[in-house]
Amino acid sequence: MSHDFGVWVGALLTLFIFSFLYKDNPLYKFAEHLFVGVSAGYYIVLNYWTVIDTNLIGPLAAAFSGKLPGGPWHVQQGDYRGLLVIPGLLGALLFTRLFRRIDWLSRFSLALIIGVYAGLKTTGFAQGDLVAQVQASLQPLWIPGHPGASLNAILFTIGLLASLLFFFYSREHRGALGGATRIGVWFLMISFGAGYGYTVMSRVSLLIGRFQYLLGDWLRLR
Amino acid sequence: MRREIPLLLTAVIGGIMIASFFVPHEWASVPADYLQQCAVIVVAFGYVLGGANVFRVNLDAIFKRHRDWPYKLVLVAGLLVTLILGLFVDRARFQDPGTPSLWIYDHLYVPMNATMFALLAFFIASAAFRAFRIRSAEAALLAVAALIVMLGRVPAGDAMLRAIVDHAGVPHAIRAWRISDLQQWIMDVPQNAAKRAILIGAAMGVMATGLRVILGIERAYLGGGD
Amino acid sequence: MALERLERLDRRWLFLVLGLLVLGPLLWPLNLPIEPSRPSRQFNDAIASLPEGCTVLMSCDYDPASRPELVPMTKTALRQLWRKHCKVVVTVLWNGGPAIVDQTIEETADEFRARGEKLVDGVDYVNLGYKAGNEAVMVLMGQGIKSTFPLDQHRHDTSTLPILRNVTNYSSFPLLVNISAGYPGTKEWVQQVNSRFHLPMISGCTAVSVPEYYPYLQAGQLRGLLAGMAGAAEYEQLQGERGLATHGMDAQSLAHLFVALCILLGNVVLWSRRGGRA
Repeated sequence: MSHDFGVWVGALLTLFIFSFLYKDNPLYKFAEHLFVGVSAGYYIVLNYWTVIDTNLIGPLAAAFSGKLPGGPWHVQQGDYRGLLVIPGLLGALLFTRLFRRIDWLSRFSLALIIGVYAGLKTTGFAQGDLVAQVQASLQPLWIPGHPGASLNAILFTIGLLASLLFFFYSREHRGALGGATRIGVWFLMISFGAGYGYTVMSRVSLLIGRFQYLLGDWLRLR
Repeated sequence: MRREIPLLLTAVIGGIMIASFFVPHEWASVPADYLQQCAVIVVAFGYVLGGANVFRVNLDAIFKRHRDWPYKLVLVAGLLVTLILGLFVDRARFQDPGTPSLWIYDHLYVPMNATMFALLAFFIASAAFRAFRIRSAEAALLAVAALIVMLGRVPAGDAMLRAIVDHAGVPHAIRAWRISDLQQWIMDVPQNAAKRAILIGAAMGVMATGLRVILGIERAYLGGGD
Repeated sequence: MALERLERLDRRWLFLVLGLLVLGPLLWPLNLPIEPSRPSRQFNDAIASLPEGCTVLMSCDYDPASRPELVPMTKTALRQLWRKHCKVVVTVLWNGGPAIVDQTIEETADEFRARGEKLVDGVDYVNLGYKAGNEAVMVLMGQGIKSTFPLDQHRHDTSTLPILRNVTNYSSFPLLVNISAGYPGTKEWVQQVNSRFHLPMISGCTAVSVPEYYPYLQAGQLRGLLAGMAGAAEYEQLQGERGLATHGMDAQSLAHLFVALCILLGNVVLWSRRGGRA
């Protein structure tokens, strides 16, 4: 067995959480609430030191220290010096959300975040998902000398088109469209089944990891 | 003005971000780069705000003696201890080996984080028995695909099939079949086709929503009130 | 009668059986053979084809919850890269990840040091640590790595580190190795970096994300894909290792068989009830 006090604490907390499988109980609730508190505290500390201190306070202090050539307003790409006051102010304005009377001030901060991420996601999805995926779908349907690969390509294209048609809701799914969407449903069901299989694998892996910790790090049985 | 100026800001910022994708000139790339730096900093403040909100809500529950308030005391205590150690004791070296902050991370955060998610394995097994009901042909298709993928992805699937095939005295051509090959084919062809359709559809949806947000048609993020 | 009892079965019995089926092979391994899949071979080959001594970007976007699936593949990838004398620049985009990623890097580096091979932080590898911002960080790195990460995980000034002397942006790397647990992760790296900056990439991810990334693999946006613990075990096999992922696959096998049995049994109960009513 381990002689490390920390490992014993970790193992006991692990068992406290596993006790939920029998039924909800005070040990589980204790561990659950402790986890939420420690996580919240850790995220504050992490984001303060890795971003607020490193990317804001440090560069601002350097900019206004007088030691940098050109002064605090001599900005260039990647080195924004005095201009970092603006994100600092916007970050501080976010805290007005805690006070109902002035929470409207946080909208300016949200406008920055929403504007940046809406722009990034629009172009990212357009290039990475739409254009690239459509391009990859335009494959030859007949590959001479490879009947298996050709059949797969045909099946793939049928499945892709049928599944796309399933999401076309401007017309009722009847007649030819209904038949095509039915095929699309089959392909979608296969995909959801595959997704379920992989989800089972993922969840079981997490359990295996915990048992490896208890057997290895705590009980030293492996 | 309390809504119009933020909407205008969103439109301008979103426009700059999209322009920077197409225009390599520094007139577009430098403002976009600056805005991304700003976003990184503001998002970090957002995480701090989230933690502060957790503190406020639970402190309120303790003072008002809500149900389970002793546990909320544990929550607040855990938060404060982690915060004080990280911000004032270990400070910037909070992730260095041997510090109390790293001890909390290694022996409180890591085990609890991992175990919370490990519980899901048990619930997925329970749900497989009690809720996975094959009531139609489509559900049967889903189930068959799930079974093939689950068995084909682990060594036991092929080992089991090998044992059955070897014992039954099956023709040689069929002996070469492997459930892992069937699993791979399912992932490469039908699963891929459907997932790509979902990807393409979702991409169009995200693009439409992004443009709606940038153009100010979608305003839910501003919240209610004035 | 038996089916009625099965229908009323307390789920805690299922929990117990699953727990025992997972515990058993961890204590008494079955050593079932592992056959590497094509996507795992592609992942392995993508790193194998790198020029010796090049500098590679590795983004470890996960937290402790995904440790069993992703830490083994991180270690194996680091070993393969360091055996080729490649330098590794690591970033972390998940809140809960920086410390565990740092420990993983140092544990793997210590293996090399124990064999007398010198691996120096800041020269052969660097952990740039965590940065909030998800996609914004990814695009920012495309303009400048050092301006995005002025300090590394251990608070060293990145502009003074030898490993980053010739590193400016993504054009400095021949490959991105992304080990990811969800958002932000492989999907965002494909959309923001592979598509925009054309940086070739490979991915190791949790099994739950794998079906979503197969279209990227087929499209060539990903050059290789490790699928969860099974993928990590296959990668260990290809590298001649026997790590935690390989060790866990026997338990994974029995658990999968059990869940498959649960699905079948649950439906036998359903169909027998319907048959009884008819």
